Amino acid sequence: MEKIKVKINNREYLANPGQTILDVARENNIHIPTLCHLKDLTGTGSCRVCQVEIKGMNKLVASCVYPVADGMEIKTNSKKALDARKQILELIVSNHSKDCLSCIRNTNCELQRLCQETGVREDAYAGAKTTPTFDDVAPGIVRDTSKCILCGRCVAACQKMQGIGILGFQNRGFKTKIGPVYDRSFADVNCIQCGQCINVCPVGALYEKEEIHYVIDALDDPDKYVVVQTAPAVRASLGEEFSMPIGTRVTGKMVSALKLMGFDRVYDTNFGADLTIMEEANEFINRVKNGGVLPQITSCSPGWVNYCEMEYPELLDNLSTCKSPHMMLGAMIKSRFADINNIPKEKIVTVSIMPCTAKKGEARREENLVDGVQDIDYVLTTRELGKLIKMYGIDFKALEDEKYDQDLFGEYTGAAVIFGVSGGVMEAALRTAKDVLEDGDFQQLEYTQVRGEHGLKEASIEIAGTVINVAVAHSMKLAKPLLEDIKNGVSKYHFIEIMGCPGGCVNGGGQSYVPAQIRNSNIDYMTLRAKALYAEDEAQPVRKSHLNTQIQALYKEFLKEPNSDVAHHYLHTHYHKKPRFK
Amino acid sequence: MERIQVVVCAGTGCTIGNSGELIEKFKEEIKHAGLENEISVKKTGCLGLCGVGPNVAVYPDNIIYKTVSVDDIKEIVTEHFLKGRPVQRKMLNDVKDGKVLDINHSSFYAKQKRIALNNCGVIDPENIEEYIAKDGYQALAKVLTSMSKQEVIDEVLASGLRGRGGGGFPAGKKWQFAHDQQEKQKYVICNADEGDPGAFMDRSILEGNPHSVIEAMAIAAYAIGANYGYIYIRAEYPIAVQRLEVAIDQAREHGLLGDDIFGSGFDFDLEIRLGAGAFVCGEETALIRSIEGHRGMPQPKPPFPAVSGVWGKPTIINNVETYANIAQIILKGSAWFASIGTPASTGTKVFALGGKIKNTGLVEVPMGTTLREVIYDIGGGCPNGKEFKAVQTGGPSGGCLTKEHLDTPIGFDELLSLGSMMGSGGMIVLDEDNCMVDVARFYLDFIVDESCGKCTPCRIGTKRLYELLESITKGEGTQETIDELLNLSQVIKDTSLCGLGQTAPNPVLSTLRLFADEYQAHIEDKKCPAGVCKELLSYIIDPELCRKCGLCAKQCPVGAISGELGKTAFVIDQEKCIKCGQCVKACHFKAIERR
Repeated sequence: MEKIKVKINNREYLANPGQTILDVARENNIHIPTLCHLKDLTGTGSCRVCQVEIKGMNKLVASCVYPVADGMEIKTNSKKALDARKQILELIVSNHSKDCLSCIRNTNCELQRLCQETGVREDAYAGAKTTPTFDDVAPGIVRDTSKCILCGRCVAACQKMQGIGILGFQNRGFKTKIGPVYDRSFADVNCIQCGQCINVCPVGALYEKEEIHYVIDALDDPDKYVVVQTAPAVRASLGEEFSMPIGTRVTGKMVSALKLMGFDRVYDTNFGADLTIMEEANEFINRVKNGGVLPQITSCSPGWVNYCEMEYPELLDNLSTCKSPHMMLGAMIKSRFADINNIPKEKIVTVSIMPCTAKKGEARREENLVDGVQDIDYVLTTRELGKLIKMYGIDFKALEDEKYDQDLFGEYTGAAVIFGVSGGVMEAALRTAKDVLEDGDFQQLEYTQVRGEHGLKEASIEIAGTVINVAVAHSMKLAKPLLEDIKNGVSKYHFIEIMGCPGGCVNGGGQSYVPAQIRNSNIDYMTLRAKALYAEDEAQPVRKSHLNTQIQALYKEFLKEPNSDVAHHYLHTHYHKKPRFK
Repeated sequence: MERIQVVVCAGTGCTIGNSGELIEKFKEEIKHAGLENEISVKKTGCLGLCGVGPNVAVYPDNIIYKTVSVDDIKEIVTEHFLKGRPVQRKMLNDVKDGKVLDINHSSFYAKQKRIALNNCGVIDPENIEEYIAKDGYQALAKVLTSMSKQEVIDEVLASGLRGRGGGGFPAGKKWQFAHDQQEKQKYVICNADEGDPGAFMDRSILEGNPHSVIEAMAIAAYAIGANYGYIYIRAEYPIAVQRLEVAIDQAREHGLLGDDIFGSGFDFDLEIRLGAGAFVCGEETALIRSIEGHRGMPQPKPPFPAVSGVWGKPTIINNVETYANIAQIILKGSAWFASIGTPASTGTKVFALGGKIKNTGLVEVPMGTTLREVIYDIGGGCPNGKEFKAVQTGGPSGGCLTKEHLDTPIGFDELLSLGSMMGSGGMIVLDEDNCMVDVARFYLDFIVDESCGKCTPCRIGTKRLYELLESITKGEGTQETIDELLNLSQVIKDTSLCGLGQTAPNPVLSTLRLFADEYQAHIEDKKCPAGVCKELLSYIIDPELCRKCGLCAKQCPVGAISGELGKTAFVIDQEKCIKCGQCVKACHFKAIERR
């Protein structure tokens, strides 16, 4: 296509027809502040912050949606544009709850940053505020519309990323609000609690339901024995809470911090992941051999499980009955660990550090109780752990690496650590399935067909003379066509991995905020985080779950064998059809 | 042989006035008088003078009766129909020198010219035969059998017809853009989401002459290469919707919608989409979103609907009144149409006259008619001898015009240059009792409710404008408030996403410019000259005039007035007074003054 010429701030640039002014400016390192704009997600021009002036036009235009034209002369920093931007922000602030000091987004709020950038210095407009809604009923996500600036990023995330569309605009004019239908609670609608809306919210209108204070109480209680575990994806993101580059692997520092805080035991959810593979790979083998319901679909992602229960209850039998890794490890801590260490399980408090908001609800599911007791008592997100470390006055960056506690559940394999990326569970299961079915120790370890953070992945793999068709979906949008096929009896797959979030757990709803500047740049933060996990996999001496010697010992001494009655008692669960609207 | 035709208005206003019952009663009385073979009775569309409905027209005598009730019918039948003596006390016709003037020469109608409202008040809108008898669907036949697409567009271009919905964009240009798009699938839309407060011409056209719109849409579809259309109409117009449904069915039955119309190979059909009454859905991109099943929120332009409209396909959207002109332009020629009105604003325009005016209703005048002619000659001026203060045109996006502007010829550009606009044709007359700050506040209140809530300046900015105006009406305004009003208005104009927001400050800017003294009175003197803003009013009893009768105290709903009967003059406690004005009405001696 022939390039066109435009002038921005008196300098000439080449552009492609159809590009927006913002795109052309960014390509040429000209900064225009934006608020509602997220690359590939929103194109609504709703906040009106990115105003620029075009020669010959009376009105200003929103650069994020206005296409360039040949010969166009643009001023991104004329006084008129600067003033308009500032005034738009003053208007937004005038209908925004200004309790910034006590806001969860204090110091990493995009509105705060923009006000600073544009020179907002006064409370320009006093006046009424839209009557707010506060919803903290759901287990994972809190909505506080007094902070909402109606940028619509969450609406787009739920609709376009997840293909669900729980969130929408309602009411008109000054009464406009974003929320689930009829302003209901997340708990009363078909929200899967994935938290992608939180990740794109520029302000503190959506956030996880914090459980920090429970954990502080437990740590402070001399009668409690507090055992913490950390999910694989957390180590790839936690560093961002301390301004470290995206994708920095902070496993050792994280362990060190947790020990400094006084947790009695620090384990890696990776052990639970290895255990999950033992159970789930064998469940799959049994289904194939005994004509069970296929395709088998993974069940580690509680967001996905919620979705299945509400939207595809007819496919509940396809779901693996395995609990997710942290729940399995929690169940082992409150049984095997308690027995061996002679600690009454009532005294044990299990805490999970997760990249996820849906895990908070998962921990409380009735279906997951063992003898009436929760496997996991509290779930903190990566962000909450960051805050906790800061609260405890720990200089995270300066910490020396330490190792997880090695007793009982200390060992883990490379297969476990890749649970944190989309395709990881599938790859780990294939590694074990091949060895078990072909009865050997094969060097075939990496199934790159199922790797990657973008788009649907599928592969056909021959194991023991049988071709196994597998697919990997991450986000409900990618999962939906697969599920429809199963429903209609035309699915060709035997085994499907489904994760609730795009990219898998590295991009979970509980991970560090990725600010708009990075989302709108060419930095692929998901891939950077994924790389950290693949590097850890490669660094492991053992990379197949069934070769984990502590896992082998656990079966020998306690669980007997995969899918045994004991294993089922502790490690498996069941599902129910749930109404979409309560 | 049919000697007399009685047509009863069945528009919304007259229907509410029970016009349906009148038809039955007329038939009954006519039969009783033995005239059933000489006189026919039927319903028809709007006759115009809605303020004095229900209206009944009698042809060929050209007499219109106003505020007709069931009790009047016997008299009309026996006096007028039987004895040939029209009932003067119920007549709308002027009487000059003892002679009853033809309705077309009576003041309300003499300066009107009905093109868009053609057939309204003449034919039965639910009978396609009557429309066809009045040359209906001949324009479509002409277009399909003898004109190329470009010829149709050229004819509309040459007519100078500009969009009647508000913007005044040349209709032919819109058609040309859509025609030039290389897409197989295109659409035509009729915007019948009439939302300006006080405007109801589109409703009346659809109620009185629905086929004119259907025919025009088919012509437009042919011209741009579309074969499907949508009529987006608000659900609050049940009669219009029902008449449209009937009309569409009848047109289909007659082969005037559907496949291979007039054997020309041209297919066209359309459907009705009901709006839920959001003002913003009159904005074309919001209307398209609404048709597609989404929340009606405007989208950034470009792309314009002519390039990417409903379902992402090239689409033209014209307003009801615009369409209502098309068939006649095709039949009578663009030169005929262009000869009416002014060079830049051709044809006629329908206005909904309302507010402080004697003749409330719909009027259609050639462009170029002066405001004075519309307001005084047709509208009859302000009632009760009150003084005319301003006329608000263009609805919430428009502005005010004052006495000085009364001789302005009405046209798109003329009104715009005076800081108001044509809009869809609402014309609200204001008199000395209207406070202009309060008028601006009223329109802002409307916008604050009707903004879609998408973009910041419109959603929050208009609320803040409203609050600033409110502070002035409460006497809390300062000179700074005026600066803030001006400043904020400019930001909203410059930065809003759609036309609704961009024009929302117009009522404020217009009144600020034309009635600065009224604003100043509120700010400096803390007085509302029109006596509207309650917070700035006080009711005072003049002790000299007070006869100590206590009637005012009796009427006061909050017990704010005290005094001793026959002994001391009564006094109003200003703290308690709610300024309802009941005491003024109660006092026989004009002793209570409103200041």
